[in-house]
Amino acid sequence: MTKSFFLATTAMVLGAGLAHASTLEDVRERGAVVCGVTQGVPGFSNPDDAGNWTGFDVDICRAVAAAVLDDADAVRFVPLSNTERFTALQSGEVDILSRTTTRTLNRDTALGLNFAPVVFYDGQGFMVRESLGVASALDLDGASVCVSAGSTTELNLADYFSANGMSYSPVRFDRADEVLAAYDAGRCDVYTSDLSGLAARRLVMENPAEHVMLPETISKEPLAPVVRHGDDQWFDIVTWTVYALIGAEEMGVTSENMQEMAEGGSPDIRRLLGAGDDNMGAWMDLENDWSAKAIAAVGNYGELWERHLGMNTPLELERGLNELYTNGGIQYAMPIK
Amino acid sequence: MADTASQSPGRLPSGPPRAPFLTRGRIRSLAVQILFIAALVWVVHFLFSNTMSNLSRQGIASGFGFLGNRAGFDVSLHYIPFSSSSTYLQGFWVAVINTLVLSALGIVLATFLGFGLGLARVSRNWLIARLATVYIEIFRNIPLLLQLFFWYFAILRPLPNPRDSVDFGGIAFLNNRGLVVPEPILGASGNAVLMALVIGVMLGIVQTRRMRKLRDATGDAGPVWPWWLGGLIALPLLAWAVSGARFELIIPELRGFNFQGGMVILPEMLAALLGLSFYISAAVGEIVRAGIQGVPKGQYEAAVAMGHSRWEMMRLIVLPQAMRIIIPPLATQYLSLAKNTSLAAAIAFPEIISIVAGTTLTQTGQAVETILLAMGFYITVSLFIAAVMNFFNYRVLRNDR
Repeated sequence: MTKSFFLATTAMVLGAGLAHASTLEDVRERGAVVCGVTQGVPGFSNPDDAGNWTGFDVDICRAVAAAVLDDADAVRFVPLSNTERFTALQSGEVDILSRTTTRTLNRDTALGLNFAPVVFYDGQGFMVRESLGVASALDLDGASVCVSAGSTTELNLADYFSANGMSYSPVRFDRADEVLAAYDAGRCDVYTSDLSGLAARRLVMENPAEHVMLPETISKEPLAPVVRHGDDQWFDIVTWTVYALIGAEEMGVTSENMQEMAEGGSPDIRRLLGAGDDNMGAWMDLENDWSAKAIAAVGNYGELWERHLGMNTPLELERGLNELYTNGGIQYAMPIK
Repeated sequence: MADTASQSPGRLPSGPPRAPFLTRGRIRSLAVQILFIAALVWVVHFLFSNTMSNLSRQGIASGFGFLGNRAGFDVSLHYIPFSSSSTYLQGFWVAVINTLVLSALGIVLATFLGFGLGLARVSRNWLIARLATVYIEIFRNIPLLLQLFFWYFAILRPLPNPRDSVDFGGIAFLNNRGLVVPEPILGASGNAVLMALVIGVMLGIVQTRRMRKLRDATGDAGPVWPWWLGGLIALPLLAWAVSGARFELIIPELRGFNFQGGMVILPEMLAALLGLSFYISAAVGEIVRAGIQGVPKGQYEAAVAMGHSRWEMMRLIVLPQAMRIIIPPLATQYLSLAKNTSLAAAIAFPEIISIVAGTTLTQTGQAVETILLAMGFYITVSLFIAAVMNFFNYRVLRNDR
């Protein structure tokens, strides 16, 4: 448990930072968006060699910063563990939690959180050593399983094993890198996490080729950016920034062709890029070209995917459910008008 | 106003003039205390109501009602029945018991190691004294968290997987899932043996005290060891025989991924225990050394003059006096060991921080309540250890004659 966690709890008790009604005003005053990310998952949020945060989740925050402050680098990243993340958001320590977080009823209601649109439809899977010769998750009776504590993963795991009448021994860590280290050291037969997370962490194992994924996907893990209850304007901004990125891909707008598109595109495209006559930005107290800035900064949803997760990256993830609805997936932007 | 009495005519001034009412010593101090308590109550009230209103404004659930809900997660180590369909409250008790077991084992191990180290430090054998110094300097100067990781991976890395376990005569096995040993099943005899053991220990204690009194009074008393032997071995054996003499050993057996049956000592438990007790034993060693060296030199000389051996001198004369110096700082070390068990969460030992302030907190989102529970637990344990150590301190001081 780190210091930041107790600071967050203290903030909750003392009420510091909660008195402000508007996250947008705070962000403008501060000149930066504070973004809660993982403690390091390649492809999603990971510091590069120069110490800059990069990744899919990171770019969602950069897109919001570009839309709000016209500066994709005006983001302060706060790495958070599973346990710290919600308290940090609730107490106002971070403005957005963009941290491979699954949307659930409990979190949406009892934890006082609001989920922006899903940016990654994921599912939980299992990874084992190839040498074990296991072909299915149903053969895992009696296995030791390394798992992140305080995650939906931990609950799905318990449900899956009890539903299938199997026993197991959980080895639970708060930090994802400790889960990985223990599995890599041979403490567990099985490593379970979201499939994307397994693919990402396999990259940093000692011998990635020795491990295989089992075919079963045991849960739905819709991962989405999160904001706290009580600030609808900020919730709208994050929500529509995500839709703008997905919508841009639907309309064929990329960070490269957006200039021509703004001039010669359809009314929908011109509206998306703030080149129409509408005053959409003002409805969220933003500039009219808020979405154009976001797209210019990080690219559309498809570009984002290819840059961090796609087949040309070490993760080599298939789009699958995350294809646009027009390509057989379920990513679908609400009408931006 | 208040000082008119000293100035009123017809009365001789008796002593120095009295201070004005508000600045009079006792009243002033009383007023300050009342003000302080009022301020304290106000601050606590403010913190409480502010927290509650912050939580409700954001629509975050509060209260301890969640403790009755289904936990939904599993725990590798539990001394009471627990599964994912148990409640968060049962999870809390699992965490409490795990933490207490780890603390108790750690304290016992750290004490034995520490006393050994303290004695070694004052040893006249150059090598032993230096080795003890090296041990102490290493273990007390490296952060505990680092030591825990060291032990955890030092245990995990070299050990084989279950299929290649180190075999101890076909009944116990060591692998990177832990040490598996046979589990004795006594059936109905179990309770009888336990009762006999309790009675046996009480018998031993009573007899030891009786003999000590006798020795103080007459200078001569019989040995007590036959009583202990009877109490600890003969009596339980008798109880076992009388109650049906049932005895089975469940030998662990490799099935599937791991050994089934038998009792397991998890690598997390072993690493946490080694890390905590080695770290604290280094401090205890220094406390014991200081205690021994704090006994006046005359006591040593007197012991030698009376013809005691070096061992007798230590046991009968030096250590009993050193205990008066040792116990208060020893209590601090015990407290710190109990609190440091929280670091074992980092190596997956399922204790309070891991289960209550970790998983329960995240799954329910009730940060304030779960942190309060964890703090309540630590303060209770700390006050209990402090009370026990105060009792011992009182005992050793009372022996001062």
